[in-house]
Amino acid sequence: MTDETTVRDSATARAPHARGFRGLSDRMVGWTFIAPSIILLLAINIFPLIWTIRLSLTNYRANRTAAEVKSVGLRNYERILTDPDIWNAMQATAHFVFWTLFLQVLIGFTLAYLINKKFRGNDLWTTIIVLPMMLSPAVVGNFWTFLYQPQIGLFNYFVGFLTGADPSSFSMIGDTALAPWAIVIVDTWMWTPFVMLICLAGLRSIPESIYEAAECDRASKWRQFWTITIPMALPFLMLAVLFRGIENFKMFDLVVQLTGGGPGSITELTSINLKREAFEKWRTGYASAYAVILFVTVFGLASIYVKALNKVKER
Amino acid sequence: MHSRHLLTAGACALLMSGLASQAKAEDLTLCWASWDPANALVELSKDFEAQSGHNMSFEFVPWPNFADRMLNELNSGGKLCDLMIGDSQWIGGSAENGHYVKLNDFFDAEGIKMDDFIDATVTGYSEWPKNSPNYWALPAFGDVVGWTYRKDWFERPELRAEFKEKYGRDLGVPETFAELKDIAEFFQEREIDGKTVYGASIYTERGSEGITMGAMDVLYSFGFLYENPDQPYDMEGFVNSEGAVAGLEYYKELYDCCTPPGSSNGYMSEGIDAFKSGQVALQMNFAFTWPGFESDANVGHGKTGYFVNPKGPNGDQFAQLGGQGISVVSYSDKKDAALEYIKWFAQPEVQAKWWEMGGFSCLKAVTLSPEFPESQPYAQTFLDSMAVVKDFWAEPSYATLLQDTQRRFHDYVVAGNGTAQEALDGLVRDWTETFEDDGKL
Repeated sequence: MTDETTVRDSATARAPHARGFRGLSDRMVGWTFIAPSIILLLAINIFPLIWTIRLSLTNYRANRTAAEVKSVGLRNYERILTDPDIWNAMQATAHFVFWTLFLQVLIGFTLAYLINKKFRGNDLWTTIIVLPMMLSPAVVGNFWTFLYQPQIGLFNYFVGFLTGADPSSFSMIGDTALAPWAIVIVDTWMWTPFVMLICLAGLRSIPESIYEAAECDRASKWRQFWTITIPMALPFLMLAVLFRGIENFKMFDLVVQLTGGGPGSITELTSINLKREAFEKWRTGYASAYAVILFVTVFGLASIYVKALNKVKER
Repeated sequence: MHSRHLLTAGACALLMSGLASQAKAEDLTLCWASWDPANALVELSKDFEAQSGHNMSFEFVPWPNFADRMLNELNSGGKLCDLMIGDSQWIGGSAENGHYVKLNDFFDAEGIKMDDFIDATVTGYSEWPKNSPNYWALPAFGDVVGWTYRKDWFERPELRAEFKEKYGRDLGVPETFAELKDIAEFFQEREIDGKTVYGASIYTERGSEGITMGAMDVLYSFGFLYENPDQPYDMEGFVNSEGAVAGLEYYKELYDCCTPPGSSNGYMSEGIDAFKSGQVALQMNFAFTWPGFESDANVGHGKTGYFVNPKGPNGDQFAQLGGQGISVVSYSDKKDAALEYIKWFAQPEVQAKWWEMGGFSCLKAVTLSPEFPESQPYAQTFLDSMAVVKDFWAEPSYATLLQDTQRRFHDYVVAGNGTAQEALDGLVRDWTETFEDDGKL
């Protein structure tokens, strides 16, 4: 009797809350839960985007808040698209993105393939290989400037040792022919482990039974590699390319630390160029138009790529 | 009687409260670049704290990020800094955009006269518009680009003999830029004490202002002018004059022939390192670096000599102005205390102590005193250099003008793209576009 009373009392006590939720439809409860996220998303992603588009149509300068803001229509876009310096920055970015992706996929997949084989010290080597990506890009940029130093740099000594060239006869970050490759080398060194880890996940997801069936069919190792390993690891590889592609399109810190965009403007990637326009020259309207163009480019390319990725997955 | 006691007590209380409010301790923050003179200022400011009762805090930012960080602070109306020792080129933008408090009334009230400071520093650090009596800062730290050389190497008999035989004159302080290049070539890749040394360390930095400060330091003496003296913002034929082109070509030749390998992105600290480590015979750098050489174990104690920027081909002699003025930030809630600091800092005895501690005072009472030239080995060179200074644009758009210059100069001098004529023609186009955007053309 006492127990029944207690249960009934506690049910009565909870009733107002239960009625409160019960009064809402499932749809409303759902909206209540996701509303904070949506508000946050609108506030920190969508609103700035719309604001940037609005600013891109003006001559606004953030360092002259008292000056009159005039609408300039599409003039900022026209100036950017006809500016040879911007196209040079685009070219530098394309060179950087293409070669870093190519090398990281090639080396990353090779390393993953080797690490996937069981051998002694496997775990130790995996840990050593992934160390570079755990470092801060600013730190990596800083110590590679020392490695590239013509008089004391280990990189120059290593190249000199292999080729017989005088180590101080070339400067990786001071020569216009070498500097674009200097930044490719450092980014590849730092981020290949990331590609390797994703490829390793792909390789480990391939069931052993498929290889056993191929063995039964007397398929050679070479054939197994091309008809089983590559097709089944391809979605993972493509995912790695997507991640690294987007990241490298936005590359800033590592390159600023290494070359500052020089010599001249040979390694001035679009993000560095954009930062100079926005926060050094303070041409906010112009820089906003530039940012919109870059956003559309990355978003467009990424969308096409994701569609291709989905098709590969469906196969 | 009782009421008289009460009155006296009331008057005392009033007086005490008045004194208390007058002596109200404030926490003042002074913003500047992170470098040796800033450390000296921290020490110097302890006297101000003791005298005024205010507490001083300091926000120092390394040079490569100084402008970015502090201009962001000013542009956003931030209250971090009550006092700002801002770069000379900021004066136009900071005055026009209302970042700095105009100091004319304060100077008049406190009897601070701008005539008491070195003329070039008043024009460079305080005035906007230039050459008008509108003051936004008190000259705080005089600086100028000059040269240091390895006096001990220059005095070696075998090197002197070899130099005389090769160039037909004594190895000594160069009078002209042509002579400077001869000396740099003479030392380039020479073995001294079993070590390979190089000719000269010059400014080549790409990111902030390095190569502009270095190249302009040379270009002025070759005939470069920012604009037509009779028509403001008319740059064609002045920025890209024949002399200016020759000056830029000279700077590139000096970079190609006589700098240590890997000098493609060097500014003040790289120059200091190159000189202190015994890598170079000559070094271009701001005067603020000189006290550090005097006390250095490798190059100090008489091993280093100093000289003013040499003359150009037509005998003109100019040097790039550095240095800063101290201003009160208009967004500060403690403007009165900040002004107190400036009043204290302007005193001759404080300025004299500032010079003793390694700060380059701009007060004539200090720099024109009979003892000054002998007070430090570099004192006379500093004075002579300050007499021939020119400065970069101080327009509100200086940052845009500067970044365009950085790109054009680095593209030509370091990357080797195009010709000097193309670089300077391009600069005229860039600057014209900026002034058109500003509505000044």
